[in-house]
Amino acid sequence: MLLLRDVKKSFVDPEGEVLPILDVAEFHVAAGEQVLLMGRSGSGKTTLLQIIAGLARPDSGLVQVAGQDITKLSEAVRDRFRAQNLGYVFQTFNLLPGFSAIENVLLAMSFGGQRSDRDRAATLLGRVGLGKRLRHKPSMLSVGEQQRVAVARALANRPKLLLADEPTASVDAKHQQQIIDLIRDTCREEDVALLLVTHAREVAEQFERVEQLEQFNQALAA
Amino acid sequence: MPPVTRDNAQPMSLWKIAWRSMQWRGLSSALTALSMALGVALIVAVLVMYGVLSRSFAKGAQGFDLIVGAKGGRLQLVLNTVYHLSTPIENIPWTYYKEFRPGGKYASEVSAAIPYCLGDNFEGYRVVGTTAELFQIEYVPGEHYQFASGRNFESDHYFEAVIGSQVAYFTGLRVGSKFEPTHGVSDDGQGHKHDAFRVVGILDPTGTPNDRALFVNIEGFFLLAGHAKEAPGESHAAHEHAHDHDHADSHEHHHEPLPENQREVTAILVRTASPLVMLSLPRRINKEPFAQAVMPAREIYALFEGILGNLRTVLLVLAVVVVVVASVGVMVSIYNSMSDRRREVAIMRSLGAGRRTVLVIVLLEATLLALGGGLLGLAMGHGLIGALNPLIEAETGVSIGPWEFPMYDARIGDVLELRVPLELVLIPGLILAAIVAGLLPAVAAYRTDVAKTLSG
Repeated sequence: MLLLRDVKKSFVDPEGEVLPILDVAEFHVAAGEQVLLMGRSGSGKTTLLQIIAGLARPDSGLVQVAGQDITKLSEAVRDRFRAQNLGYVFQTFNLLPGFSAIENVLLAMSFGGQRSDRDRAATLLGRVGLGKRLRHKPSMLSVGEQQRVAVARALANRPKLLLADEPTASVDAKHQQQIIDLIRDTCREEDVALLLVTHAREVAEQFERVEQLEQFNQALAA
Repeated sequence: MPPVTRDNAQPMSLWKIAWRSMQWRGLSSALTALSMALGVALIVAVLVMYGVLSRSFAKGAQGFDLIVGAKGGRLQLVLNTVYHLSTPIENIPWTYYKEFRPGGKYASEVSAAIPYCLGDNFEGYRVVGTTAELFQIEYVPGEHYQFASGRNFESDHYFEAVIGSQVAYFTGLRVGSKFEPTHGVSDDGQGHKHDAFRVVGILDPTGTPNDRALFVNIEGFFLLAGHAKEAPGESHAAHEHAHDHDHADSHEHHHEPLPENQREVTAILVRTASPLVMLSLPRRINKEPFAQAVMPAREIYALFEGILGNLRTVLLVLAVVVVVVASVGVMVSIYNSMSDRRREVAIMRSLGAGRRTVLVIVLLEATLLALGGGLLGLAMGHGLIGALNPLIEAETGVSIGPWEFPMYDARIGDVLELRVPLELVLIPGLILAAIVAGLLPAVAAYRTDVAKTLSG
């Protein structure tokens, strides 16, 4: 499902110095597999997810999602590909404030080139426990509820891979486990591979495969 | 590779997204649209008023094909007969007027010839000595004088008068009222007072300057002190003495009409028998030693183009300025919200929206603001006109419906000439300008760095 090979990314700091941030020789996630990726702050976790999602371009290397090397795609095609094959759950939810819960989900369908399927959107929101809050704006939802909407939205276009970047970081301890369970369960039900990034050690015990970014990101070693 | 379908949401979805974005910034959007609406309302009201002015002005010149008067200023002749403005030129002999009446040399070429005697006023409103025939013919094609109350004056009742609607409204004269004209065309208090006329009829509003005039029987006008041309061998003083009594009850008295050799008229309002005559007759009249014939419509058109044509240009420039200012307002409104908007754009991009899609969404929002503001402005402008209509009608006699659109003649070279409502040009112009103004924030949206914005 996901294959990274020789992926390198560096940034230029304000002094003009080139700072390597990622150097991944090989990393893969199989179809339907659930992988937990851990790493200390600043280790390049978010950058790695953005490269996989096609939101940032690597300096070099292969980024293959569902058999397609997305680095070879033009930006416009990559946008479409992302909408149709990848789901992304952000740390800060990133819901559109002017749109209701169901509209946030429908919007993802619309950008994914699908017809707006209200039934599926309502079903997804029902599955994450928001069946009675379809028309609530994000500002009318609790933090935990907002993250649930974000999960439903990420699954709207039946993606093959769900990327979740610290999805519990903004949620109180009481709801953290609920969010993790929700993401894992819905991914299983939808047969979606999961790559979840977190620094919460208690979450690690629940995953069969846990990867430490420091162990395969050679840029950090350098 | 998995199937990849077309980029971008359905067009309707983009409209809805733009609409929701506006709703989310409700107050800011409403204020932007309102400022635009006020500008549009202003220009609509001014354009409609310009239309009222031009129609009101043109209407007065439509009733007669020619005006015959003493040689002198052509425009002056039109202004003091049709518009009751300016000072009258010299008079022409009554015998010349008779050339237009049955048996006269021009009789076969005219369908109506109405004499006008000017020189008096009542409280600043012109008093016109004329014949009852004036109110028996159309004052503009297809429209006849109607009496709001009373009747036309009768030819043998020398001291009867018919007054215009505004004169009645502002002076309080009613049927049966008496008034004494003052010599002179303006109410400067210097002229001597004449004998009284009795109002027998009040005209309905006509939308012409005649709403602001008093019409008296020409026979009575001739008999007023100082109006008779001195005949050879007759003393002026003796003539004035002869009429030194109250004429308001004159229908009970018998008056001898003024002898023809003592009569003069200021102008003759002529309706020609055919359009061909309208063109040929002035040339012949103008060869006469003391008379001239002018076409009022042509003179007024020239005046209108000379003075009000520039006003129209100023109004069009004003319309353009309003459009530009409104568009800058849209740009400022959207651009000021760019810091919030940038994150939303990044979210949309992360959900798969292409750069062009987010650019279009911002432009659609600018379009919606312009459309909303423009339509609101139209409604406000026409609503204002509708509310002011009774006042406008009372002042000008022109009734204008709230949804009446001022027309604009657009000419493209010599090929195409269009008569279009200016507002139908104004709104697309506004939208086009708003789109241009929206380009700046739209391009900022287009260039949003998704990864950096979402990480920040």
